[in-house]
Amino acid sequence: MMASVQADWKVIAFRLKEEEYALPVQYVRSIEKMQPITRVPGTAHYVKGVINLRGVVTPIIDLRERFGFASEPYGEQTRIIIAAFEDIEVGLIVDAANDVLDLPAESIEPPPEAIGSVEASYIDGVAKVENRLLILLDLAKVLDR
Amino acid sequence: MDMRQYLDLFIDESKEHLQAINERLLELEKTPEDMSLVNDIFRSAHTLKGMSATMGFEDLANLTHQMENVLDGIRNRRLSVTPELLDVIFEAVDHLEAMISSIAAGGDGTRDVRGTIELLKRIEQGEMPNKQAAKEQPPLEHAYGEFEYHVLEQAKEQGFSVYEIRVRLRDDCLLKAARVYMVFEQLNEAGEIVKATPPVEMLEEEQFDREFLVTVVSKESADVLQKRLMGISEIDEVEVSMLSIDESSAESEKTAAPQQPAAMEQAATVQSEAEAPEKQTVKQAAKMIRVNIERLDRLMNLFEELVIDRGRLEQISRELNHAELTETVERMSRISSDLQTIILNMRMVPVETVFNRFPRMVRQLARELGKRVRLDIIGADTELDRTVIDEIGDPLVHLIRNALDHGIEAPDVRAARGKPEEGTVQLRAYHSGNHVFIEIEDDGAGISREKVLKKAISRGIVSPQAAEHLNDQQIYELIFAPGFSTAEQVSDISGRGVGLDVVKSTIESLGGTVSVDSQPGKGSLFSIQLPLTLSIISVLLVQIAEETYAIPLSSIIETALVKKEEIFSAHNQPVIDFRGKIVSLVRLKDVFAVPGATDDGDAVAAVIVRKGEKLAALAVDSFIGQQEVVLKSLGNYLSSVFAISGATILGDGRVALIIDCNALVK
Repeated sequence: MMASVQADWKVIAFRLKEEEYALPVQYVRSIEKMQPITRVPGTAHYVKGVINLRGVVTPIIDLRERFGFASEPYGEQTRIIIAAFEDIEVGLIVDAANDVLDLPAESIEPPPEAIGSVEASYIDGVAKVENRLLILLDLAKVLDR
Repeated sequence: MDMRQYLDLFIDESKEHLQAINERLLELEKTPEDMSLVNDIFRSAHTLKGMSATMGFEDLANLTHQMENVLDGIRNRRLSVTPELLDVIFEAVDHLEAMISSIAAGGDGTRDVRGTIELLKRIEQGEMPNKQAAKEQPPLEHAYGEFEYHVLEQAKEQGFSVYEIRVRLRDDCLLKAARVYMVFEQLNEAGEIVKATPPVEMLEEEQFDREFLVTVVSKESADVLQKRLMGISEIDEVEVSMLSIDESSAESEKTAAPQQPAAMEQAATVQSEAEAPEKQTVKQAAKMIRVNIERLDRLMNLFEELVIDRGRLEQISRELNHAELTETVERMSRISSDLQTIILNMRMVPVETVFNRFPRMVRQLARELGKRVRLDIIGADTELDRTVIDEIGDPLVHLIRNALDHGIEAPDVRAARGKPEEGTVQLRAYHSGNHVFIEIEDDGAGISREKVLKKAISRGIVSPQAAEHLNDQQIYELIFAPGFSTAEQVSDISGRGVGLDVVKSTIESLGGTVSVDSQPGKGSLFSIQLPLTLSIISVLLVQIAEETYAIPLSSIIETALVKKEEIFSAHNQPVIDFRGKIVSLVRLKDVFAVPGATDDGDAVAAVIVRKGEKLAALAVDSFIGQQEVVLKSLGNYLSSVFAISGATILGDGRVALIIDCNALVK
C-alpha cells in the first residue's frame, strides 16, 4: 500500500470533519447508509458495535473517534464504508462518501510530518487533484488494535 | 475384530515402509554390492507383507511376498542386481503405492498385479527379464462386472446375441482414433456397445497398441458384423465370437480387474484405477451418494438464512394476530424444524475420524516412555457435528498424552503396586440427550491431591487458606488452571508449557465442558461434554434497558423473580439464596455497562446459569422469550470480547449478542 505503486490509484473519496480522505477501491466492499448498530460491551471506544450486513455480523468503527476527533451526531450524509483487509471485514463510519476518483500515480506524495489532524501513522500519502487535497488512509494501521 | 480403527495406522506405516524401500532401492542402484541395503529393503517388505496379510489385503500381500522372494535371492547372492531387475522391483513398488493410496481413499486395495508377479517369479527362477519377453502378451480379454453381466444377461433374454469382437488395426494405420470411431459407429448401427477394452476414452486418445476388444449386443449375425467392420479401411483383422454368459460370470467372480497385456502397462494402470471407483458406485448407487462437504455448508448457510426469516415471520404473525397466518407460520416452523434436524444430521461425522489416529500415537508414545499401554476405543461410531470434529482432535491428543505421561506408571512400578504391567487407557464416546460425551479413563496412578495442592499454592493459583476448604473434586479441577503442570520433570510428551488450560478453553469455545475425577492409585477420568451442534442453538432472549441479549438454554437451569429483600450481600457481593445454595448475583447491566440502565425495582428478573457444578444468577430487566437462533461470529476484528461468545440476527434484522455464561460464573 505504498505510493511506490506506479499505476494510477482508483479510490473512494470520503469526508471526515472538514477534510477529504481516500481509500483504494480494492479494499472497499460496499457503501451503506446508517443503520441500527448493536453495541458490543467491553470494546474500544471507537468500536460502535456490530450491524447485520445481509446476514453477516460486521463490526463498525467510528473513524472520527478512531482519529480522536470530536464526535458529531450522525446525519443524512453519514455513511458506513464496508472495508475488507486480509481476513478482517469492518464498517467505517464517515461523515459522507462523495465519489470514486482516479488518482494519477504522480499526484501522490509521501505523507508530510503532520497533515491536518490525523496522526501521520494512519496515512499512506497525500494526493493533489485539481484543487482538492486527498489524504490516503493506511487501512492496515486503522485496523491495528 | 473391527479392522477399521487400525486402517489409518496401517496406511501410515505402509507409506513409511514404501518410502524407505524407494530410498534404499535408489541407493542400491548406485551401489549394487551393498547388501545392508538389500537387508533393509527385505525387512521393510517383510513387515509390509505381514501387515497387509493381517489386514486382509491379499493382492498387496501376494505382491510383497513375491518381491520378498526376489530380494531373498539377491541377499543370498543367487541373483545379481541389474537395472532390469530393479525396474521390475520399482514397478512392483509403484503398484504397492497405488494400492495403498486406493486403500487410503476408501477403496479395497485390489489391483491386477499378475503381470508383475509373473515377472518377479521368472526373475526368482533365474530368468533375467528382457523387454521382449515382457511384451509377449496374454490375449486381450474382457472381464465383466456384476452390473455389466446383468445387462448382458437381460439382453440375451430379450433375444439379442452377445458378441465379443476383437479388432486389429493395420500396423501402418495412422488415424487410429478415426478408425475406432468408425468401428463404433458401425457397431452402434447394428446393435449396442456394452463394453470396450481399453475403455472408450483411451481408445479415442489412441492409448492402445493395435488391438482392441468390444462387447456388443446385437440381433445381427456374427457374419454381418464382421462384414460391416471389414468394410472400414486400415483394419487388419476382425474376429467376432459369440459370448457365453456363464463363462464371463465365472470370470468376474475370479477377478474384478480386467486382464491387461504387460506391454500396455501404462494404459492398464490408468484403466484399473478408472474402473475401481466405477464399480463401487454401481454397487452403492442405490443407497449412498457422496456429497461435497462444501455443498453441505452452503445448504447450512442457506438454511440459517431461512431460520432468521422464520424468526421474523413468527414475530410478524404474532403482531398481526391473524388466525390463518399464524397457522401457516406454525406449520412452516414445524417443517423447518424437521428440515433442520435432517440438515444437521447430514453434517454429522463419526468421531472415528478423530479416534483413528490414536492407536498409532499411543503405541509410539508408550514406546518412547518405556511403558506398556493398551488403548481401548469404545463408541467410535458416535456422531458429532463436523465443526466440532475439526476442533476436538488437539484437546484429545493432549489428554491422551497426559494419561500416558502422567497417568500410567512404568511397568515395574505397576508390578510393584500389584497391577498388570500393561496399563489401559479407555477412550469412550457416547450420546446423552443433546450432548455427546467423550471420556478418557486410565488405570494409572491417579491425581495426587497433595502434589496438586502444593503446586497450585507454589504457583499462586490458590492461596493456602483457600486450599484448606477445597474438596477433592475442586482440587482436581485446579490442574486446568493456567500455568499448571504436575510433571516433576518437564518431559517431551506433555510438559511443553501448553497446559490443560488450553484443553479447557478449546472445549469451552466449542460450547462444551471438561471435568476430571480421580482415585489415587486407581486412575483418572477426564470427561468432555460437547453440544451436538454449534450453528443453531436455543436461547432465552432477555432485555437489559434498550438492549437485547441471548443466553444459551444449555447453560440455563431456570429463571426466577427475586424480591429486593431476598438479595443479600456477602463480601460486598450481592448473592441470593437459590434452593439453599448461596449463588452470586451478576448484574448484567453493570458487567456490560449498559447505557440508560435503571436501578433494580422491587424484584429482579434473574436467570440461573451453571458452569459445571457452579451457579450464578444473571440479573436482567425482563425476559423476552425462547428462540432458536443461528450462532454467528463477531468477525475477526472483534476476536475476543469478554463474556460474549458470538452474535445472532433476530427476527427484526437486528443483531443480538450471545452471552458466554462460562465467563460469568466464578
